[in-house]
Amino acid sequence: MPVTCTSEDRKLLAVIYGEVDHHAAKSIIEELDRQIDLAMPRHLTLDLAGVTFMDSSGIAVLLRALRRVRELSGSVKVVHIPEQAIRVLRAAGVDRLMKFES
Amino acid sequence: MKPINEATTIFLSRSANEGYARMVAACFMAQLDPTLDELGDVKTAVSEAVTNAIVHAYPNCLGMVTMRLRLFEDSSMEIMVKDKGVGIEDVERARTPLFTTGGGERSGMGFTIMESFMDTLKVRSSPGKGTSVTMRKKISRRVGGTR
Repeated sequence: MPVTCTSEDRKLLAVIYGEVDHHAAKSIIEELDRQIDLAMPRHLTLDLAGVTFMDSSGIAVLLRALRRVRELSGSVKVVHIPEQAIRVLRAAGVDRLMKFES
Repeated sequence: MKPINEATTIFLSRSANEGYARMVAACFMAQLDPTLDELGDVKTAVSEAVTNAIVHAYPNCLGMVTMRLRLFEDSSMEIMVKDKGVGIEDVERARTPLFTTGGGERSGMGFTIMESFMDTLKVRSSPGKGTSVTMRKKISRRVGGTR
């Protein structure tokens, strides 16, 4: 399972594993959408500690999660971002858009 | 400059082959003793180019994607990703950050990332005939490394 989620009190934690590329993005987005629908979170934390690779498809995943949670007036935090993913987020200028914590 | 080494791989435009292409490029690049950052940058650029071919080149069927890898004496690497698909109508517009013809699940940042991580990027396309993306990166020579 590329995404495992736990939620409590409308706080959703989603831990993402493996390679976040175009091939994996569809199932990650589907699962995140499903969990967001279930939890209706005020706060979403995306934990990328297990991500072994990310390209611009990963950016699309993060931006979609951000949009969905913002529709619920919630906030998103991205944590434990691996170095390769940080470089991709910076190259795309997305590091300005959401709260990152390494 | 003639390449000192070259390898070509051809694969079906299935998304499962995106990881395969990254691995092939990383393996080939190992000869240059890259840093982890350089390895990551090239893998990412390859991923973007190959994903573009897989997503866009053959909209209603599967086709073949070719990736040619070359190493040069000055420690630079060239990657060419080529397809015989639908082609790009307006290459300049396609290279604009955030522009995508791929719908909501695409970020439109593929070319931006390739440009950021590689030293040079050339895109040639002919609608109805295909597209080739050629990029080069100079890999740092490290003191004490073996070639």
